[in-house]
Amino acid sequence: MTGYADFLLLAVLALDLYVVYSSRLAACVRASALQGAALALLPVVHYLETPSANLVHVLVMAASALAFKAIFIPRLLMRALRDAGVRRDVEPFVSLHLSVLLAGVLVGISFWLATVLALPAAGTTHLFVPTSFATFLIGFLVLVSRRKAITQVIGYLLIENGAYIFGQSLAAQMPFVVELGLLLDLLVGVFVMGIVIHQINREFDHIDVDQLNLLKG
Amino acid sequence: MGVTILHLSLLLALPPLLVGIIARTKAWFAGRKGAPLWQPYLDLWKLLHKGAVYSRTTTWLFRAGPIVSLAAALAAGLLTPLGAASSPLGFSGDVILFAYLLGLGRFFTMAAALDTGSSFEGMGASREAAFASLAEPALFLVLAIVCVPAGTASFAEAWASPWQTWGPAHPALPAAAVALFGVLLAENSRIPVDDPTTHLELTMIHEVMVLDHGGPDLAFVLYGSAVKLFLFASLLVHMVLPVPPAGGALGAGVFVAGAAAVAVLVGIVESVTVRIRLLRVPQFLVGASVIAALGLAVLLYRGTP
Repeated sequence: MTGYADFLLLAVLALDLYVVYSSRLAACVRASALQGAALALLPVVHYLETPSANLVHVLVMAASALAFKAIFIPRLLMRALRDAGVRRDVEPFVSLHLSVLLAGVLVGISFWLATVLALPAAGTTHLFVPTSFATFLIGFLVLVSRRKAITQVIGYLLIENGAYIFGQSLAAQMPFVVELGLLLDLLVGVFVMGIVIHQINREFDHIDVDQLNLLKG
Repeated sequence: MGVTILHLSLLLALPPLLVGIIARTKAWFAGRKGAPLWQPYLDLWKLLHKGAVYSRTTTWLFRAGPIVSLAAALAAGLLTPLGAASSPLGFSGDVILFAYLLGLGRFFTMAAALDTGSSFEGMGASREAAFASLAEPALFLVLAIVCVPAGTASFAEAWASPWQTWGPAHPALPAAAVALFGVLLAENSRIPVDDPTTHLELTMIHEVMVLDHGGPDLAFVLYGSAVKLFLFASLLVHMVLPVPPAGGALGAGVFVAGAAAVAVLVGIVESVTVRIRLLRVPQFLVGASVIAALGLAVLLYRGTP
């Protein structure tokens, strides 16, 4: 076993941390696109190492991940970014230094979780399980620590990527329909968020979601 | 005996060459012809033949600074193998001594800077102390990644046969290499962290501490920082390249080529990136630590191959 899938997963983890570290929204979107590309390669590399799943299934999964995660959704987000005219998350709720440290703690927790949980199909040699937990948790962190609507969408993307990685470790068992359903949910979510961002921007001239707390029903 | 002579000659002769290669790479990127590769040697020669001027407010600390930091860097150079299977003074635990010898050199540079009583130099010393304390965890995590698979705390044993210990592909290795490169850039005041060619006091870190040194002292400072750069490059080369364990001419050749490649890489990074703001430097270093910690977590999770 060579473990080249682990290189990809390490790159995914590094990109997670980069999203947490960066305050530039365009850089966050680009990092999530790159992560999508790495995730598209993942099933193929995993298949080459341990050909357990169906090849057609693997290829369709890779192609759909490439099309949606690496190209389509980032394009939508870039467009929303351009329309809203924001460039950086100036004052996140949690400072960037602290978020990087928190993200490091979360990664540690997910590595610990992966050794503690008794998972049916996941081999302990692969990083699939800890990376998926880490991506998931960092997605939540981005979701709660940032102020702008776009970064919150990226948090959702990270959460979905975490679920996708977890699905990869169970590629043989995971029904294809579930995977597609997840992707569709995500796409609808991003669409809705895109429209919401547009609306928020048109109403308030910015996309700072903190201001929504002041609205009275 | 021959091994020791080869080690010493590499350690003493090569460091300024790396500085020359970096300068040449930057010149090539800027479309200039650039100074010859041996220019740093000529600079050192010139400085050694000048006299030194000492301010009346300084004490022996000011004179000791450059000498101690150069001596510490050279002593650290005797602990790490340079393209060979062993080092002249290697022992079990030399990894720790290596890190703290560099720390000792830094301490004396800072003490000499504070000794001048200049507010600029004090500012530089405080910055150096702040950033060094953030670079140290990253360095130690990298050293842990190097040492854990071999189950030893000695460079020579950790690098006895990297390809066999590491297996063909272990994801901790690139993480450690990236983090070490980040530490190299920070510790040697290279561009994303500090600009070694600038003389704008407000942004300087390392350069501002040595403003009052002149003549032979400045030569020691420049040579010492070149040795430090060379040592970090040697760690990176040993980590990434399969240096033949038997050493000898082949090992030395691979090692020198690798060190030159690291210098070219530093030159490329210096040419294509901008210096980050001083406030972002801690983030850069924390990022390097986090990547190294990630590598260590992966190593401990996947087990040593």
